[in-house]
Amino acid sequence: MRFRSAFLLSKMNSKLASQIKNKIKREEVHAKQRQEKNRRKMELRLQRRKEEAKDPSKKENVPRTLENTREFDETIVEAEDTEVFEDEASDEFSSYFKEGILPKILITTSKRPSKFAYEFASELIDVFPNSQFVKRGSKISTKQIVGFCTNRDFTDVVVVNEDKKVPYAITLIHLPDGPTAYFKLTSIKLNREIQGHGRSSCHKPELILNNFNTRLGHTIGRWLQALFPHVPEFQGRQVATFHNQRDFIFFRRHRYIFKSKDKAELQELGPRFTLKLKWLQKGAFDKDGEYEWMFKPDLETSRRRFFL
Amino acid sequence: MSDEVIWQIINQQFCSYKVKTVTQNFCRNEYNVTGFCSRQSCPLANSRYATVREIDGVIYLYKKNPNRANMPAKMWERVKFSKNYSKALEQIDNELMDWPNFLIHKCKQRLTKITQYLIRMRKLRLKDRPKLVGIKKKVERREATRERKAEAAARLDKTIEKELINRLKNKAYGDTPLNVNEEVWRSVLESDKVEVEDDITSESEVEDLEDENEFVENDSEIELEDLEDILEHHQEKNEEENSDTEGFEEIDDDEEEEKEEIEVKADNKSKRRTVNKDLQPKKKKRGTYVEVEYEHEHEQSISKVPTW
Repeated sequence: MRFRSAFLLSKMNSKLASQIKNKIKREEVHAKQRQEKNRRKMELRLQRRKEEAKDPSKKENVPRTLENTREFDETIVEAEDTEVFEDEASDEFSSYFKEGILPKILITTSKRPSKFAYEFASELIDVFPNSQFVKRGSKISTKQIVGFCTNRDFTDVVVVNEDKKVPYAITLIHLPDGPTAYFKLTSIKLNREIQGHGRSSCHKPELILNNFNTRLGHTIGRWLQALFPHVPEFQGRQVATFHNQRDFIFFRRHRYIFKSKDKAELQELGPRFTLKLKWLQKGAFDKDGEYEWMFKPDLETSRRRFFL
Repeated sequence: MSDEVIWQIINQQFCSYKVKTVTQNFCRNEYNVTGFCSRQSCPLANSRYATVREIDGVIYLYKKNPNRANMPAKMWERVKFSKNYSKALEQIDNELMDWPNFLIHKCKQRLTKITQYLIRMRKLRLKDRPKLVGIKKKVERREATRERKAEAAARLDKTIEKELINRLKNKAYGDTPLNVNEEVWRSVLESDKVEVEDDITSESEVEDLEDENEFVENDSEIELEDLEDILEHHQEKNEEENSDTEGFEEIDDDEEEEKEEIEVKADNKSKRRTVNKDLQPKKKKRGTYVEVEYEHEHEQSISKVPTW
């Protein structure tokens, strides 16, 4: 009998916790096991984190995102792509980058605008230094506006287009020789609609342009840069951002303050809006201008294909 | 079949071109001059008939002759109108000499109408008018979702903050930045210095040695012999450096020798010092890093403690 009980005991140790019949004991053993398991897990995790911090290539568990599985695009501009840079040196924006011409922007609406278009346009004036708003007569065509502005040395025209009395698109025209771009405009949030917003000052903001990688993206990025004066006024601590993510260009404007050498705090100044390029055309709003790029549903062959 | 029979059928029985309304019956036949369903203007029930049609901007007079009634494929004779309106009217008079007055009159009316609408069309084409494009609800909805996801993936606030900090650390704001608090800027500069110093120390061990000397002087436990040894080595090194002919390997060799000597001597010293030495990383020498050692222990203890 003694032998038998010893055998039983040894068997009990190797038993699963769930097979212990005493409830209190079972719970105790189970809790211990769980604790042990968690501890081991945490140790492993900490160790892995340390190793990864030392050597980023060791990271195994990198989530697959649309960005890092993006389809190969041969027009992505590398850092040492002299051909592209030479090309860019002679494009329409070289007058800004080389000759240092100050941007001068005219902002207007489509014909018969609604209140919202005016509100949005007034915020745009605030965003772009050296810009002015002109009310659109109902009989003046965009082509005429282009003519007037070219004569008055404007560098860009921004037309806020409306659909169903809501700003729906922006037509951006670079003067005098183009190009012309048409952006879909979504998720507008005016300054007053943003919680905890600040009031903008008249300082020229600095600019952040993110992720404009392809040849087309470079053109757009250069253009957006050319809308702002060359030298920002840093004492204003204002920063305007055009961030391209999956072909959506997010605009944000902030005032920042450096709290320490690793931390900056941001206060949003507004407005917020999102642009999506629909087409890019050579020439300043020519009716028969050649389209450099135009979005078509056929182009959208995959969700991992991006153009900017 | 005589015209009368045909008309009887069309009028009283059925005609596929006939459109009945409450007040009036219309005719859908393309050859009908007036568009009404009547005995006079029915192109099927009249063997002698004439009409005016516009095909791709060119106006033609169509004539139907009873002589060719037996050949349905060749039933209609087509005459192209002159581009001059008055000449075209004359053409009608000449061509339709034998036709009933009603048809001559209606053809003239139709010619007038067509020339007028062609003129209007051409004018509108030349005019700069907005092109209406359909908005596809499904596409809009899809883009809205994608935009939302892209915005989440962009993590705008974080990327902007990171970019700003990057600019601050890379001295993009100049040597005396206007947008940074003095304290923060000082800490940035200091962290910069520390990095530079680290680089130097890792490259040349000479400074390291000098540091040690300072510590050694303060340490009461160190015997004079040790000091002398170190100083000797230091002198040797300096000599070697001055000669400018030595390579890095030679220095390394010297260091190794030095370490061996130190290890031998360590046996003579108090217990505390030997303990310290064992725990130190190999390159660092002598018991000058007491505090550093504690830090190591502390870190280890943290990593061991399960923190759930």
